[in-house]
Parts: sequence; C-alpha cells; structure tokens
Amino acid sequence: MKALRALIVDDSSVMRKIVERSLRQAGLELSQVLEASNGVEALSIAQEQEVDLILSDINMPVMDGLEFVRQLQGLENRKKVPVVMITTEGSESRVVQALSCGACGYLRKPFTPDQVREHVLPVLKGVL
Amino acid sequence: MSTQTGTLGPIAAPAHGYTPLLELATREVFAIMLGAGLQPVLGLEQSSTAEFTAMVGLAGQLCGVISLRCNTPTAIAIATRMLGLPASDGDSAVWDALGELCNMIAGDFKGKINGLADRCLLSVPTVIRGGDYRMRSLTDRETIEVSLLFEGAPIWVSLELHS
Repeated sequence: MKALRALIVDDSSVMRKIVERSLRQAGLELSQVLEASNGVEALSIAQEQEVDLILSDINMPVMDGLEFVRQLQGLENRKKVPVVMITTEGSESRVVQALSCGACGYLRKPFTPDQVREHVLPVLKGVL
Repeated sequence: MSTQTGTLGPIAAPAHGYTPLLELATREVFAIMLGAGLQPVLGLEQSSTAEFTAMVGLAGQLCGVISLRCNTPTAIAIATRMLGLPASDGDSAVWDALGELCNMIAGDFKGKINGLADRCLLSVPTVIRGGDYRMRSLTDRETIEVSLLFEGAPIWVSLELHS
C-alpha cells in the first residue's frame, strides 16, 4: 500500500491528532501529515504541496469546510484530490451539500477506526 | 457501536423526555472517543466542583445550550485519554478536548431526535474555566442534567431549552 500525504483540516488541534491517529489505526500508512486550522490555511497548503488525501471539518472559523472544498475544485491540479468531510453535523442535507461541493465521502464524529476505514478507503481507489 | 434513535417530537416534547437521549449520547461519545464507560453517580461524588464548562448552542427547531462540566483533574484526564498522550493543567489541549467532546455530544444528541438533524444547527464550542460565576440563560423551558462518573469523578451534561 502506498504511503499517503494527508492534509487534515480542523480548528481543533486535538481533533487533528485524533484524525491522524485514526487513519493510522485504520491501517493507512502516512508518509506526511499536514495540518490546517481553517479553509484558508488548507487552500494555501494544497496550492503549495502535493497531497493524496484531505480530511476536513465543516464548521470552522475564517473559511468553513464546504467553501474550502468549493475553492479546491477551482484549482486545476488539485480538484482530483479526494476529500472526506468530518463533522458532527450528520444530517442528510449536510451530506448532500458536502458531496455537491466536491467531497468524496463523509464521516460523522464521533468515529471509530473501523468507520474511518469504511469511509476513507473507498475514496482512495485511484490513489493506492 | 450502534446508535439508538428516539421518537420524540422536537418541539412539543417536555425537556425531561430528552434525558435518556442526552445520557445515551454522552455515553456513546465517551465510549467511542475515549474508550471509557461512564458509571452512574451514587451520591457522594456530587460534592465535586465543576471548574471547566464547555458549551455548544443549538439553534433552529430546538434552541438552547448543551454544556459539559467537570473539575480540573477530570478535564486533564479526558484530554489525556482523547489524545493518547499526557495532558497537563494549562495545556490548551484540555480546553480543546472538552469543547470537542461537548460538540460531539450535542451532535449525537440531536441526531437521536427524529427530524431534528436537518432543522437544528450547532454553534462552535465555547469553553470557560473557573467555578465562581453565575450563568443566566433566557430559558423559559426546563433544564435537564445528566450526572455520570468518568474514572470515579463526576461529569455533568445539561441541556437548557429555549422556546
């Protein structure tokens, strides 16, 4: 399995660490983990560095996760990077909204490593 | 872990009807994120003072505030379990961990009430420290509270509802 460069976007540093740990517990090998605390920071990182996978919270200050994914789709060389949204907002309309913005998957907090595996592995088909 | 969905109406139900759902949401979040089972409070532990309070607002068809309170050693223990690394007093991770837990409890709770998931939004969490304060909410409905023990120390989760 290819080692992945992951970008984790969440305004909570604790959640960023938990997401990273869960990815590793789910069996993914990570060669690099980049962190951003909002959509603006994440866009900047995504423009400057190669990433294989993005996991992003939705509710964040400065720029939320949905706007981040929308703007990411506008970057020609980054729009194919799979994005999984991670949030406490598990409503159906939120899922539809996230997917219509360009996200490939959706993970609801709280989550187990098994749920991370179930929701993240399918979006990595073209990457691994 | 399987989740249970309640059948209570989001507006008409009396607040106390939400108590089992709030407790279940709290237990589920602690079990998944901390790998911790919460025990019932037997009485003596109630004398502990809450020094950390995390709050998340609910807006929409259900309006109010969900809060999570605990003392400092418990807050540190929670952060340590969440991070898998030792946290200490003064560490910003302690504040962060409590805010995230409260956020997840609020999200899990509203997801258990039929029809509410799409009709109720959560605020970003706020965490305050200190026990010497009074909070006055413009609530005109009931307030419910769930008390449970985490590693032998009490935590309190409350829901204050507004009309």
